[in-house]
Amino acid sequence: MREQGAGTGRAVEEVFREEHGLLLATLVRRFGDLDLAEEVTAEAIEAALVRWPVDGVPSRPGAWLLTTARRKAVDRLRRDRAYAARLALLQVAADRAAPAPPPDTVRELPDERLQLFFTCAHPALPAPARAALMLRCLAGLTTAETARAHLVPEATMAQRIVRAKKKIREARIPFRVPGADELPERLPGVLEVLYSVFTEGYAASSGPDLTRPDLAGEAIRLTRILHRLLPREREVTGLLALMLLVHARRAARTGPAGEPVLLADQDRGRWDHAMIAEGLALVPAVLTGGPPGPYGVQAAIAALHDEAADVATTDWPQIVALYDVLSALAPSPVVAVNRAAAVAMRDGPEAGTGPPRRAGRRAAAARIPAVPRGAGRSAAAAGAAGRGSGGLPPRTRTGRDTAGTGPAAAHAGRRRTTRLSVRPFRRRGPARRRGRPQRRSSAVTHLTLPPPLSSSDNDTGTGS
Amino acid sequence: MLLINAGSVGEDGQADGCDAQAVEDWIAFDKAVRDAGVMVSGESLADLVTATTVRVAEDGRRSVVDGPFAETREVLGGFYVIDVPDLDAALDWAARCPGARGGGSVVVRPVADMGA
Repeated sequence: MREQGAGTGRAVEEVFREEHGLLLATLVRRFGDLDLAEEVTAEAIEAALVRWPVDGVPSRPGAWLLTTARRKAVDRLRRDRAYAARLALLQVAADRAAPAPPPDTVRELPDERLQLFFTCAHPALPAPARAALMLRCLAGLTTAETARAHLVPEATMAQRIVRAKKKIREARIPFRVPGADELPERLPGVLEVLYSVFTEGYAASSGPDLTRPDLAGEAIRLTRILHRLLPREREVTGLLALMLLVHARRAARTGPAGEPVLLADQDRGRWDHAMIAEGLALVPAVLTGGPPGPYGVQAAIAALHDEAADVATTDWPQIVALYDVLSALAPSPVVAVNRAAAVAMRDGPEAGTGPPRRAGRRAAAARIPAVPRGAGRSAAAAGAAGRGSGGLPPRTRTGRDTAGTGPAAAHAGRRRTTRLSVRPFRRRGPARRRGRPQRRSSAVTHLTLPPPLSSSDNDTGTGS
Repeated sequence: MLLINAGSVGEDGQADGCDAQAVEDWIAFDKAVRDAGVMVSGESLADLVTATTVRVAEDGRRSVVDGPFAETREVLGGFYVIDVPDLDAALDWAARCPGARGGGSVVVRPVADMGA
């Protein structure tokens, strides 16, 4: 069936990807089984690919797909009585936990995807599997695409997904939205998965393999969906704003030969100004109504960079202030380096070399060429850091040096450069620890690894 | 099934922290599990010094040894089997269990579904 008009079929499949997540979530809700839901979702979409070009697109495509999928599920359950009995038992248990709401007949398809977000990002699943499941179930990527996106063999990815689904099934990880009281505990986990997909996409964008799916784009798409489902959760809004404001710079991030271009040297005319506008529009909501979360603060930093016409007119004092807030919320070496770079931009390069009261040593560290580059994990951060080193005025030799060694370091891969950025801080550990009581009062930084960094490392490092 | 591992074990093989408060916490937890109607079974295990290990070799010979002794820091001290609809509910009960605190841990294992 797939061969039929490969080109147009591909385009139609793209259209179906949004439908796929909706349909899958509805079927999971109905049957309580991810495998069955996936199977019949795929079958229904394949049927549509065959029938619609012949019969025409039905007036209610979503309902057509759901009816088709349901019929196929019932067929399947009729053939396999044991399976049906097991599912019925599960259903009874699930109903006991939370009575299913009456079917929503007003909308064509009720949006059940929120529960899938929480299931895919459940803390009982291994970190690499969470991102893979989300891409597959909610973004509608195939196993092969998910594997290519993570640069692992398809068999590895297939096994990872099979194991995760087995755990969902046998440990009975529920398909449900956590209650309001659990949300503060569970939502950060979901955002972390989305952000790890996004940063993985950034690492990927420098790779040679053009057939890799655009992970950053997928992460934005998924975060948009989550934002629609949870419009009042400010950290969701913050994450979406951060992604948009960072992703808007993508065209200017690499030169003609694919080499990375520092923020200071980027042609800001090539930034995606529509995307920046969309991101900026979200920022006020992120920053009002109580203290912002870490994603909100990072979005605000990215917004300041995107709003500035060039490095000189960037609001560095404000950026330093935001990094102070961020280092209190989510302390990390990367944040410390970026803050130091911002301080150097605010006070001039000398601020980095004099006997420091606050950020001096960190500013010095920021001029080690590889360091700010490693911060590319959070591109907002990379922006600040990039300016701090490569963006220094021409008289500063370190700036030139950076330009020379930077690309090589960047080509060495994100993961390695990140380690480089962490190492100088680790070495200085003891000395800095002694200074801690003082620093606490000035609200500077601590040395623990940041959640996005460690989890993301975990994400890619412990592949099963 | 909630497998309750004691965090630290004293010289005599008894789990630390068995003061009056801890006992009260356990009684309260046990009552909560029963009152919620999710209790299937549960036991608190006697001290590890009373444990005996049996192995049967391929030739059918039985070997009986004293122990095992606490080679690792965590020792199974008891268990609950509870009947709850899903993992989240089980994790909630595990988190309420006094055994999850004070360096101990509770491992949640689904009971295998053999047919049905």
